[in-house]
Amino acid sequence: MKEELESIDYTLEEPDETLSMNPKKFIMWLFIVSSVMFFAAFTSAYLVRRAEGNWLEYTIPAVFSYSTAVLLFSSLTIHLAYLAAKKDRFGLMRTAISITFVAGVIFLYMQFQGWVQLVDQKVFFVGNPAGSFMYIFTLFHGLHLIVGLIILLFALKAAFQLSIHAKSLNQLEIAATYWHFLDVLWLYLFAFLIYFH
Amino acid sequence: MATVETNLAPHAHVEEHEHHEPDSFWRKYIFSEDHKTIAKQYLISGIFWSIIGISMSVIFRLQLGFPDMELGFLKPILRGWINESNKLDPNFYLALVTMHGTIMVFFVLTAGLSGTFSNFLIPLQVGARDMASGFLNMLSYWFFFVASVLMFASLFLETGPAGGGWVIYPPLSALPQAHISSELGMTLWLASMALFIVSQLLGGINYITTVINLRTRGMSFSKLPLTIWAFFLTAVLGLISFPVLLSAALLLIFDRSFGTSFYLSEIYINGEALPNVGGSPILFQHLFWFLGHPEVYIVMLPALGITSEIIATNARKPIFGYRAMIASMMGIAFLAFIVWAHHMFVTGMNPFLGSIFMFLTLIIAVPSAVKAFNYITTLWRGNIRFTPGMLFSIGLVSFFISGGVTGLILGNSALDIQLHDTYFVVAHFHLVMGASSAFGLLAGVYHWFPKMFGRLMNEKLGYVHFWMTFIGIYCVFFPMHYIGIAGFPRRYYAFTSYDFTKNIFADMNSFISIAAIITFSAQFLFLFNFVYSLFRGKRSPQNPWKSNTLEWTAPINPGHGNWVGEIPAVYRWPYDYSKPGAKDDFIPQNVPYSQTPESNLPHENELIGLEKEIEAQNLNDQFKQPH
Repeated sequence: MKEELESIDYTLEEPDETLSMNPKKFIMWLFIVSSVMFFAAFTSAYLVRRAEGNWLEYTIPAVFSYSTAVLLFSSLTIHLAYLAAKKDRFGLMRTAISITFVAGVIFLYMQFQGWVQLVDQKVFFVGNPAGSFMYIFTLFHGLHLIVGLIILLFALKAAFQLSIHAKSLNQLEIAATYWHFLDVLWLYLFAFLIYFH
Repeated sequence: MATVETNLAPHAHVEEHEHHEPDSFWRKYIFSEDHKTIAKQYLISGIFWSIIGISMSVIFRLQLGFPDMELGFLKPILRGWINESNKLDPNFYLALVTMHGTIMVFFVLTAGLSGTFSNFLIPLQVGARDMASGFLNMLSYWFFFVASVLMFASLFLETGPAGGGWVIYPPLSALPQAHISSELGMTLWLASMALFIVSQLLGGINYITTVINLRTRGMSFSKLPLTIWAFFLTAVLGLISFPVLLSAALLLIFDRSFGTSFYLSEIYINGEALPNVGGSPILFQHLFWFLGHPEVYIVMLPALGITSEIIATNARKPIFGYRAMIASMMGIAFLAFIVWAHHMFVTGMNPFLGSIFMFLTLIIAVPSAVKAFNYITTLWRGNIRFTPGMLFSIGLVSFFISGGVTGLILGNSALDIQLHDTYFVVAHFHLVMGASSAFGLLAGVYHWFPKMFGRLMNEKLGYVHFWMTFIGIYCVFFPMHYIGIAGFPRRYYAFTSYDFTKNIFADMNSFISIAAIITFSAQFLFLFNFVYSLFRGKRSPQNPWKSNTLEWTAPINPGHGNWVGEIPAVYRWPYDYSKPGAKDDFIPQNVPYSQTPESNLPHENELIGLEKEIEAQNLNDQFKQPH
């Protein structure tokens, strides 16, 4: 392999443009990578621990399915906001960002209701790790979502100041990327919890 | 500052970016967003922590080398931890070992090394005005600072700092009632480390983004100095592994403070059963070592990158096997993630699994050996200039080899059963990772001091410092191999109570301790040299080492934005030293091939045509200067 590398013909090299992406956007993607690793650690811990037996079985409260639907819906609205911004339809953009924000808050409330129902089912944070992991997944996803809400607030502020428009989409794109990530992350966690129950 | 320049060069003012007012003291030196200032902040913090970390090792070496010694003279510093019979408190001994490890691995060789040199060199060597996000960079330092404050505060607790080893295995670390050092000290340790991880992630994200997005015109990946490759891969390692440690630490925090049972199961303390059921302490070890092993390379790779640069510069030769160096660093970075369980051979792991991890572990010898050979072949028949930086780099290669060879022994799962947790392990990782990485740090400071502070360090003192440290470190760690093979376990307070240890190696332990004290005192030469040269050192020329990389094209004391005017474009790789036919024995990266017809190789003459294209490229200037 080394010889192969050495024998590469240097003359074929074209001078590439060095800038490939907006640095702020790139930072967001790297943050997403580290978040993925963060949750991957939790889910691997879940699997390792589950394989050892002594695992509490319980039904996942239905409210988590409903909250998943809400989050999916908010992902659509943030995309709508992006499309609106692309066409400079400011009213629609502001409405769509606001709806996304409200949907995010509703999602958090429903997650909390999910916890209440878990407690009713006598699945506690303290106790068998099967239940604790459920709380951990939702808690840290929720914390990430609160960060997402803050990013949305900044985007909304920028939207009202008319600093997001067809020629300046970076801020909204970053907010949307993160929001879609939160959506996908929750889908992963939720599917994981159902599958490895 | 802008006005002064207007007088000198009328057009300079136009190029100065607009909102450039003289910063207040606070913005300039404390909450600075400038990568060079942040690098210096990391360097000073790293030096501060290394003094504390190494002092701790000297204190426990006194205990190990001279078990009968009266330590009453340490009372003014250690107070209650020296007991009535003038002996070191055994609990505090454990805390010392733990804190020495934590401080040296994380606060000195991760934050102090990557923090200093990634911050300082990445923008200067890739040709950027600053990091991608100065604000995140500043945040990174201040998260580190708060982490440092918490860790420092834990040293003064009545119950002492954390004492469960730097690996903080539960259940010992998870149960405050298990041991005095698992109380508040451990809580602060975890809180501090959580902040530290956030700091490293912010820093690492910035490093990666800057390397990928903010390279200057013509600086393709195949023209990046090896330092940048090393910092880049280090940051990638950190980005992938540190979040996992954060998860592990958070679960441990929940176990400690909220009563969950992720790592705890069926434990009795003083005959009473704890409520925890169903946890798995091995789970923690898996999560911890998934970071813990890449961490070794997070510590090591920057030092290797620095060494590549310094050895090539001072041997006045192109680095041997530039692409092989990159490939081997990538190989090391990749393998780093799939070998973690070799730290856990004795946890009752399936022997078949153990042999897989053994196999993967031993493969690391291949890229490591490629690097070692490449250093030696770069030195071979070079026109070597022995600057202190060069000596420390060569010292690094020596430690890397002699420490790496014992890695082959430890990587064997069968041999590891005997050697696990003995002084053999201590000797191995101190040489291959501790000492070599520290040498990389020192080499870097000697080499880039002129760029950081505009002055040269004293060479004579540097030589004395090098030889005392180099010989001292071998005297400390080489004998430890023998002690380890004899079965002496690490982290033990005294060896006087066991038949197999009480009558042997007492003299060897004394010898090690004396060598450690001498090595430690040699570091004050460096400290003196550093502070003295800061104020009184000889003023440095712009390119004191006649080096090729871009940082030496910037002004001697680069201001905010690094280059006055346009950022230089890059036309060639960074290792054109002693090129046949060339006037000088070095050709900096920003010299186009069209200016060096006498030394161009045939394929390089063809590249002259591309120069126009390179120059026409996007300036990639964060400060948006006119083209």
